[in-house]
Amino acid sequence: MTDDKNFALSCPTPLANYEQILLAHGGGGKLMHQLLESVVLPALDNVHLQPRHDASVFVVGNQKLAFTTDSYVVSPLFFAGGDIGTLAVNGTVNDLAMAGARPLYLSLGLILEEGLPVKTLSRVMASIKNTAAEAGVQIITGDTKVVDRGKGDGIFINTAGIGVVEHSLDVAPGSVRPGDAIILSGDIGRHGIAIMAQRAGLQFETTIESDCAPLHTAVQALLAGGIDIHCLRDLTRGGLASALNEVAQQVKLGIHIIETAIAVCDPVRSACELLGLDPLYVANEGRFVAFVPEKDAERALAILEKESVCRASSIIGNTTVEDAGLVLMTSTIGSTRIVDMLSGEQLPRIC
Amino acid sequence: MKFVDEYRDAKAAHELAECIKAVVTRPWTIMEICGGQTHAIVRFGIDELLPSEITLVHGPGCPVCVTALELIEKAIEIASNPNVIFCSFGDMLRVPGLHHDLLAVKAAGGDVRIVYSPLDALKLATENPDKQVVFFAVGFETTAPANGMAAYQAHRLGIRNFSLLVSHVLVPPAMEAILGSPHNQVQGFLAAGHVCTVMGYHEYEPIAAKYKTPIVVTGFEPLDILQGILMCVTQLEQGRYEVENPYSRVVTREGNIPAQKLLSDVFEVVDRKWRGIGEIKKSGLALRGEYRQYDAELRFGLADRKIEESPECISGLILQGIKKPHDCPAFGTRCTPEHPLGATMVSSEGACTAYYRYRGTTASGRRAG
Repeated sequence: MTDDKNFALSCPTPLANYEQILLAHGGGGKLMHQLLESVVLPALDNVHLQPRHDASVFVVGNQKLAFTTDSYVVSPLFFAGGDIGTLAVNGTVNDLAMAGARPLYLSLGLILEEGLPVKTLSRVMASIKNTAAEAGVQIITGDTKVVDRGKGDGIFINTAGIGVVEHSLDVAPGSVRPGDAIILSGDIGRHGIAIMAQRAGLQFETTIESDCAPLHTAVQALLAGGIDIHCLRDLTRGGLASALNEVAQQVKLGIHIIETAIAVCDPVRSACELLGLDPLYVANEGRFVAFVPEKDAERALAILEKESVCRASSIIGNTTVEDAGLVLMTSTIGSTRIVDMLSGEQLPRIC
Repeated sequence: MKFVDEYRDAKAAHELAECIKAVVTRPWTIMEICGGQTHAIVRFGIDELLPSEITLVHGPGCPVCVTALELIEKAIEIASNPNVIFCSFGDMLRVPGLHHDLLAVKAAGGDVRIVYSPLDALKLATENPDKQVVFFAVGFETTAPANGMAAYQAHRLGIRNFSLLVSHVLVPPAMEAILGSPHNQVQGFLAAGHVCTVMGYHEYEPIAAKYKTPIVVTGFEPLDILQGILMCVTQLEQGRYEVENPYSRVVTREGNIPAQKLLSDVFEVVDRKWRGIGEIKKSGLALRGEYRQYDAELRFGLADRKIEESPECISGLILQGIKKPHDCPAFGTRCTPEHPLGATMVSSEGACTAYYRYRGTTASGRRAG
């Protein structure tokens, strides 16, 4: 191997570091991880952040609690299958659920842009109210700020959530073991394509609706069924591929999945083919993966299939000792390939 | 999904692979022209099914990879102009110029937008009459008609604040450049199905005859590619060198005549620089005659700007099929999709990205964890 000084590479200058934040830094891929590891986490370092999970679990008195926060900056505010209000409630409910917690209370921080029609805010508040009622959580504290016109995008929302952990399992990446089965709770890619279609003004024969939904009921059903859940991860920005890569890298195990076991509905597949996108990297808001012991897999699947938001659940693969840190997939024609984590946002291909 | 699943059938794929094994008796090197084909080969692991005698090399058919550094720099300069809305297909935004890329221009306040069609950019021009709207017209014969149509419509509707930064390239001159090179190793071609959809395949017949090289018009699904390889290997084994078209569900010999007419009305054939390869005579398209007023290089006074690339860049050797991504000492270490040194690592169609994403960083396969 030639060292840096001697390798006369005359291609464009290496882009060692971006000096400004790119949109890709928020894309849930490698750039975001680099930003967290190099800038954000060093300032905060503590034991609760170590598990790198969707929510932190800690003990107060005799009670295990889970705590999480998330911000919502979606454009457009309203889309097929939901709006920023449904996302803001379900997203935080789901982060708590992924720690095995029963969500109880949420906070609501609104950042409104000058000029936003009050009617729009009312519409979002109505959907926040309905979504919270459906999820069985209460919003018990909040804050409202207004920024100058042009300094926001209509509405930004932050929610934090608190829930109780009523079991002795440690539902976190650290509990994943070799040979665990991986269950996917439904078909993938609906949310990302619904948003993209709306943004780009693309029209398909059938409207693709976001999968935005609360997942805690399904998790509670698994717990009630005595499933020894090792880890849960909801699939958000970076899609299934990023969620699996995060776990593989954290626990230093391999993950093998089978392409034909991963459900993608036809309209989403068509849209992805058309736009040059890979559904493995497209965003979801109502799907998760569960890592469970092989012996519990079929029973867990049967429990999930009874839940309305998880009807299309399937076992998509398992963890392995070999290929540590990698996600490998058996393709539709039976060959194996690496499923890598994206750098930033998935950019549509040219042709 | 109809018209897709049939062409990804595992059983049929393995049967075709068996046919290839039955036909092949000695080593052959075949180049797939198009980046979309490279993408499919690594995404589905098609080459894993092939006998060891067959080497696939990945051709220059990725528009992102071959767009000259000079044009990337011009794009960055135009996009940095506060009076400009710069529109592009998504992939182009991450291509590194000398110092940074279009995404960095956007982060610094430039109005850079991803569009799915040049006609969307034209619409933006009508909606923003006080701005100059520029579309980065990249690609092969496949994307050229839509870009030509944007220029045609702009002219017809008198939309003066619209222009195209044109970097169109043509496939046949690149094939001749590869075949004419003293280092050439390519013995047969899988021609790019989408390019042939527009241009037909008659223009490949003289190339096949002159260089005694079989050319098979090939699609983008696993069975298309395996079928293309089978027909190419069969020709090689039999000593034939013809143009064959198994992608006949899409491609005809004559191609899309109205699209070709539009191309010849709006564009003229010019010499063009290819990133990593250098200038190839008569290998590009530029706006002609009355359409020149929509040429962004002229409008922004950049026509004479020259930026030279060093011939040492290995992405050029990869694009010509002389080297594989693993042969580069920077591959997977100093050059990754996050920090690409060359364009073949930027585009999802680029050979290096495809290898990195689906194959790992070693010739034998997987990356260490």
